[in-house]
Amino acid sequence: MYQEIFSKYTPTKDNLIYILHDIQDSDPQHYISEEAVQAISEYLNLPANHIYGVITFYSMYSTTPRGKNIIRLCESPHCYIKGSENILRKMKNSLNVGVGETTKDGVFTLELCACLGVCGNAPVMMINDDVYGDLTEDKVDDILAKLREVK
Amino acid sequence: MKYFRTHILIGINDTSKQAGVDAFIKTLRESLTAAGLQEEINILETGPLGFFGKGICLTVYPDNVNYENVKVEDVAELVDEHFLKGRPVNRLMFDAGSKFTPKFNYESRIVLRNSGIIDPESIDEYLGTGGYEAWEKALQMKPMDIVDEVKKSGLRGRGGAGFPTGLKWSFTAPIECEQKYVVVNADEGEPGTFKDRLIMEGDPHQLLEGIMICAKAVGATKAYIYIRGEYKLSINRLKKAIEQCYNYGLLGKNIFESGFDLDIDLKIGAGAYVCGEETALIESLEGNRGNPRWKPPFPGVKGLWGCPTIVNNVETLANVPYIIKHGAEGYKKFGTPDCSGTKVYTILGDVAYPGLCEIDMGTTLRTIINEYAGGMKQGFRFKAALIGGAAGVILSDRLLDVKMDLNSLNQYSAVLGSGAILVMNENTSIVDMLWSILRFFRHESCGKCAPCRNGSQQLYDLINKIKKGQGTEDDLDKLLLIAETMQQTSFCALGQSPVMPIRSALDNFRDEFLALTKK
Ligand SMILES: Cc1cc2nc3c(=O)[nH]c(=O)nc-3n(C[C@H](O)[C@H](O)[C@H](O)COP(=O)(O)O)c2cc1C
Ligand code: SF4
Ligand code: FES
Repeated sequence: MYQEIFSKYTPTKDNLIYILHDIQDSDPQHYISEEAVQAISEYLNLPANHIYGVITFYSMYSTTPRGKNIIRLCESPHCYIKGSENILRKMKNSLNVGVGETTKDGVFTLELCACLGVCGNAPVMMINDDVYGDLTEDKVDDILAKLREVK
Repeated sequence: MKYFRTHILIGINDTSKQAGVDAFIKTLRESLTAAGLQEEINILETGPLGFFGKGICLTVYPDNVNYENVKVEDVAELVDEHFLKGRPVNRLMFDAGSKFTPKFNYESRIVLRNSGIIDPESIDEYLGTGGYEAWEKALQMKPMDIVDEVKKSGLRGRGGAGFPTGLKWSFTAPIECEQKYVVVNADEGEPGTFKDRLIMEGDPHQLLEGIMICAKAVGATKAYIYIRGEYKLSINRLKKAIEQCYNYGLLGKNIFESGFDLDIDLKIGAGAYVCGEETALIESLEGNRGNPRWKPPFPGVKGLWGCPTIVNNVETLANVPYIIKHGAEGYKKFGTPDCSGTKVYTILGDVAYPGLCEIDMGTTLRTIINEYAGGMKQGFRFKAALIGGAAGVILSDRLLDVKMDLNSLNQYSAVLGSGAILVMNENTSIVDMLWSILRFFRHESCGKCAPCRNGSQQLYDLINKIKKGQGTEDDLDKLLLIAETMQQTSFCALGQSPVMPIRSALDNFRDEFLALTKK
């Protein structure tokens, strides 16, 4: 099942980062499974420990299953000053999860991240590939509700 | 070319997309056509507009009116009132009520001269402004002449360290070997910094032209742009721009019969601040954990896959076409005698007009805040500014008149770094600010060396204690001692950095920390 992704890349180590990106993006649970690591290990002829080393180094990869939508709320200084803590509290309440956890229905995973480079609109979060800026506690519920509707 | 009486510039970015800019443009086009204005008024989808408004933002020329947070429902009123009758709609104006108009100093712009003016997705518009003329010129120059011109221009790296760019190139250019590389550092992770994103979104071709000239100067035939995965719009625009260059024969084999080959490729990062460090970035490109390497050898001698590799920042390379086109002398008209050129800043926080500007090196912080950002937001007083992100310094009003250039700031052990200026009002807690910075370092330490791995945790524990009111005056000294030890013993510049925000915060705002400590 990973062959389609592998066929886009030559089997060299420098493609590891991109293969990991693609595998994680195509997994409905947005993570890199043990089977995936095995398959990559064979394709790239790399030891599994190197692959795990890389996965755990970068904040965008996960080795545990996650929700359909990955929320990454910025906690860096500028967003912090603009009240990201309040947004975090609100989000934890609305979703009933802690940081790094996934909602029971599997729709959202809540994560924190470093500056997203959109500080002009602080506080900011990214959900999947989309940036949401100028967050307020009211806006949070709207955004979550809209994403819940998407099937 | 068609002439229009009015131009409506619309900033296309993540925020405006989120706010539904596509639907807005469609409605606007239809309404203008319905009003018979389609031949008189031009709609231009462009990059950053120079001010950071909410939602969808517009700038109308030549009226010089800025609108923010406009919605589809507002189109009828905008067309009726402003575009037909010439009466700007106050209600929608950016920061309505303030009399200040921010300075859009187009005359001293190099890097941003096209930004917010041309369509960044069109190579023809870039060519129309004289784009790629420098590349044509460079193709006919001897590599060492290009290096010398850049050396003479006094250009210094805009990625933080301020290393002279021409000098860096001069180490790599004479090396004889099979393969050399140019790597563009677009991993911008310094909190509060996004100038490189705005440069790439606003004028991707200018960066590409800079890369081409650099590659020719040092003899590299392959260039990589290492860009943060989060910068989706920049990634798409660069992809498009690169494709256009291949179609126009500006890249590829034997470019314009010059015998020179060059390929440019995008590489997407995976989220780690330390990968902005040049050797960590190279490790990451090779498919490894982003742990920094020991220097020397420097990447210019032994970098990617052991080959000589030039690593330069986005803004640095975006300056290069201007230097080649107008010569070192033309470039040195900008800035101060020992620090030439301009600097791109992003000004955020409690100022009237948070925004983006490009100004001469050596402009004072006071001028930047007052003339380019409209001073403080109404009702607020200046307390402090964080310059250069987390690895930066916290200045108080005593230092408002310091000149912003690489040398003058050094005297205050400050760095210009990323060009991020975060202005704080009198109610902001400096202790909280420092807490947030130290939390950042604890999280981003890559763990390779003990001083930084353990030190960043200890700093965080201490500031936590102080923030909760449980610290003592001794703890303040301990903060500084740990940070200084890290500065002297850490493997890379990440671990050497926390001392800067800590020392400047304690120097300038010690009373505030003391007020929170136990007696
Ligand atoms: C922790 C750390 C993060 C860095 N992040 C960046 C960055 O995001 N962008 C950048 O251009 N340089 C960054 N640098 C500086 C680079 O190591 C390098 O000096 C720079 O890319 C050289 O380009 P320049 O000479 O054009 O400035 C960082 C350095 C360190 C130590
Ligand atoms: S100083 Fe910090 S970031 Fe740099 S190598 Fe050491 S642990 Fe890693
Ligand atoms: S600090 Fe949050 S996006 Fe930059």
